[in-house]
Amino acid sequence: MASSLTIENVDAAYGSVRVLEGVSMTVNAGETVVLLGTNGNGKSTLMKCVMGIVRPKSGRIVVEIDGEKHDLAGMATEQIVDLGIALVPEGRRLFPRLTVEENLLLGAFRRKARAEINTNLAFCFECFPRLAERKSQLAGSMSGGEQQMLALARALMLAPRLLLIDEPSVGLAPVLVSRTIEKIKELKDRYKLTVLMAEQNFPQALRIADRGYVIVHGQIAFEGRSVDELNNNDLIKRFYLGL
Amino acid sequence: MKSSTFALVCVVVAALVFAALRWYGNEYLFFAGYVVLQFIVLATAWNILGGYTGYVNFGSAAFFAVGAYSSIFFHKTFPLPIPVLIVIGGVFAGLVGLGMGYLTLRLRGAFFAIGTLALAVVLQTIITNWTYLGGSRGAYVIRPDEIALVGPYVQYLFLLMLGLAVIAIMVARGIEHSQLGYGFATIRDDELAAEASGVPTLKLKLIATTISGALMGMAGAPFPYYLGYVQPGTVFGLEYAVNSIAMPMIGGTTSWVGPLIGAILLASLQQWATVKFSSELGVLFVGVLLVVFVVLAPKGIVGLVEGWRRGKV
Repeated sequence: MASSLTIENVDAAYGSVRVLEGVSMTVNAGETVVLLGTNGNGKSTLMKCVMGIVRPKSGRIVVEIDGEKHDLAGMATEQIVDLGIALVPEGRRLFPRLTVEENLLLGAFRRKARAEINTNLAFCFECFPRLAERKSQLAGSMSGGEQQMLALARALMLAPRLLLIDEPSVGLAPVLVSRTIEKIKELKDRYKLTVLMAEQNFPQALRIADRGYVIVHGQIAFEGRSVDELNNNDLIKRFYLGL
Repeated sequence: MKSSTFALVCVVVAALVFAALRWYGNEYLFFAGYVVLQFIVLATAWNILGGYTGYVNFGSAAFFAVGAYSSIFFHKTFPLPIPVLIVIGGVFAGLVGLGMGYLTLRLRGAFFAIGTLALAVVLQTIITNWTYLGGSRGAYVIRPDEIALVGPYVQYLFLLMLGLAVIAIMVARGIEHSQLGYGFATIRDDELAAEASGVPTLKLKLIATTISGALMGMAGAPFPYYLGYVQPGTVFGLEYAVNSIAMPMIGGTTSWVGPLIGAILLASLQQWATVKFSSELGVLFVGVLLVVFVVLAPKGIVGLVEGWRRGKV
């Protein structure tokens, strides 16, 4: 079940605006790695590069799944999804005019995922009983916290080998942020998921992180090999706490 | 309802409509009915791209014209029966749809709409300067008065358009209830999320522009035989672009029923207004109705009925 992600020297830009400069990082099998940074530092862009939604200008992104290496450069997004890489997009991005159940079924749009659709749906409803209660409700009519749960569950419909979560805390009340983080923790503990999570809510992110990176202006400014290293870091104090 | 049952119901309804009109025996009804059916096809086709995927196409007239002018081209070079011309018109317009998709689908929202409008202008300029196809003077098609088995030629054309309308509605309904339809809905609701879920968005959008364009071209192919004379100003008319947007909007864009209701309602109203008053007044009616619906019932007639039923149950 081993799957890992290696990002090497990735540069990315929107037109002439450089967003990522020589970003390198790794996520090993079974790890939860957090990518910390405030708004506009390139977290989402890096996520989109992995998914093939934004094309890096240079550098390599390689995923190893069951001992087989796949270079993601030049692969279409749907092929990357086929490898078992799922993204929970920033701001949830549900299909608001479809029902909860339809949203989940669409998480398994790929043929590969459709083979296991019933098992995965049952699994999602088991993890998120709330969604089972609301399955015929329109996704757009649920609360923010429930929508975030649905966004997570939709990604799980792929039975992903590598789960990318982009800022799960965006637009949620603090108590819901805490609950969302707990849910992610529960999922990764129970199912040994490999997770890369971008987040700017530093204390919440560290609750589930094994290690992490700090990204500043499109460059990795600091690599924390453990939670402790991230916790006692001057750079982070300066950027996050204003000390 | 299963697709086969639905197809049967469609064919029976179509047969009843044809039988009723023949029994009534007024040739004008076939003449007017043809236009109504033509708009059912156009509105249904528009809705496959505009309603299902949310990409607003302002260039419907261009696809219609491609169908009409491909018929003229073959009429002049190598005359073929109209059903074959319909297929050819569909192929050409489908190809134009595919090409348009490649060129414009990176644009979203208003920019896509402007792109499609530009396509119509470019094509109109080409046709206007293409003397073989009549250029700005237009082209004549002399059609026979009668045809074997059916009788009057107008009835034959009506029958063809009736068949085309049935096909268009079945295609639209089939898409709606398929994996493809769900893929379209994800593009309409949130394209980024669609990609993240592994929906091949570009491919699906190209499928939508191709099917939509092909159906519009098919609707245009018999047109030269219907009118006997075609000029660029007619087939590229604003009437087609506006109607194919207004009809689904007024009927409701989320299902195949919407464009059908909208087209029957608006096209009949226009035919009535044209006879009673003038054709300009018909277009005015469309404008007023569109404004009223956008303000009062943005989800169209289907949305109104659904809301009313939900309130009652």
